[in-house]
Amino acid sequence: MGNKTPLFETHKAMSGRVVDFGGWDMPVNYGSQVDEHHKVRTDAGMFDVSHMTIVDVTGPQAKAFLQTLLANDVAKIESAPGKALYTGMLNEAGGVIDDLIVYYMGDWYRTVVNCATREKDLAWMNKVAADFDVALTEQPQLAMVAVQGPNAIAKTQQVLPKAAELIGGLKVFQGAAYGDWFIARTGYTGEDGLEVMVPATEVVGFWQALAEAGVQPCGLGARDTLRLEAGMNLYGADMDESVSPLEANMAWTIAWEPAERNFIGRAALTEQKAAGVKRKLVGLVLEEKGVLRGHQKVIVEGCDETGEVTSGTFSPTLGYSIAMARVPVEVGDTCLVEMRNKQVPVKVVKPSFVRNGKKIF
Amino acid sequence: MSEIRKELKYMSSHEWARIEDDGTVTVGISDHAQEALGDVVYVETPEVGSTVNAGEEAGVVESVKAASDIFSPITGEVIAVNEALEDAPETVNSSPYDDGWFYKVKPADLTELDDALDADGYAAACEDE
Repeated sequence: MGNKTPLFETHKAMSGRVVDFGGWDMPVNYGSQVDEHHKVRTDAGMFDVSHMTIVDVTGPQAKAFLQTLLANDVAKIESAPGKALYTGMLNEAGGVIDDLIVYYMGDWYRTVVNCATREKDLAWMNKVAADFDVALTEQPQLAMVAVQGPNAIAKTQQVLPKAAELIGGLKVFQGAAYGDWFIARTGYTGEDGLEVMVPATEVVGFWQALAEAGVQPCGLGARDTLRLEAGMNLYGADMDESVSPLEANMAWTIAWEPAERNFIGRAALTEQKAAGVKRKLVGLVLEEKGVLRGHQKVIVEGCDETGEVTSGTFSPTLGYSIAMARVPVEVGDTCLVEMRNKQVPVKVVKPSFVRNGKKIF
Repeated sequence: MSEIRKELKYMSSHEWARIEDDGTVTVGISDHAQEALGDVVYVETPEVGSTVNAGEEAGVVESVKAASDIFSPITGEVIAVNEALEDAPETVNSSPYDDGWFYKVKPADLTELDDALDADGYAAACEDE
């Protein structure tokens, strides 16, 4: 018996097929994950992401704390309340403890971290926080629903008429408080949409209203194929504590300037850059029959070192298999993947496949 | 609850076998198996004219989630494969016992199926998983 979100009974009632996910009983699909995937690419779908951990950072040194804790710089989002930033949280060796989103809330910050890493994240954040005048407060009373797809915003506005104007005014990667709700234009699918933090007591009503407005309930299965098509990393698959952000397509999330900001992991990353980064995260495309899967071996011509598929799946939008893989930087336009005792040639592309419903490589 | 048909024989690895009136045997995967696999995207069937052996790998079914070997419930020559699965692999999900069959065999020895599970035995095997 795992942890249950406030929507657990609702998922059961909507014939969600429940599986264990990082200690949580979560729906993997409600019938067909491929149908759910297409609904998000063409209309609107919703995901229960209440298992994710929300931690608020308050206190006079909240900013200084986060500027030490995170590889990206929260100074970038001070221009307006509600702005969001994607970042890695690194250890001293430059490995990724977790990836997270941080929202600027005026004089405090809200972070959303992964559920499977909750305990080690909190332990690390609290350890670093000991040197700062800050308070870290989990928000377990908040549930979270991601509404994603080209019609997601319009349908959410229809369900929340009083918040329609506020929602309409949100820029991409920006959120706003709505009473004790928090609505942000963020997501993990490569489509436009919202992530809505809502008190657990109100989330069932919100979910049901969205369903009545024609928003498709989607499980973790579709969430994974959508994020992989969008080229978004999954913690624990595409990177972990043994992996540098420089080898995980996360270089863009490292704020090197200002040079005097001494975030945790900076020294290690600086050394890695000086020594030359040996591996990188790329996208793979297999247009033939077969599905690329995590942990398959990748062979790069002229390299003794091999690479590995970090995430692989069948892409419902493209109709063939795609993957992310960490490979030697010498990789060219093609490489070989060892699949079921055969070496299969695949194309190498940037690790981003679909945005707003369209192929982008 | 997934459907388990009374008239079929089953393997604990989730293939079913149906003895047809003409003595040939049709093979597919169970409703329970397709449900566990989720959306099927590719099916690799054996070639017509090839020989499959009971308990040995005869093909592969790949879903979005996982790849799974198909083990033949019976030895014999493959006399037909379901070519419709090439373009519509999702038929395995929608009709695992009818339109979603995999291949047909001219069996070498029908008594091989005496060791297979009946519907009750298969239901019990699924329960134990």
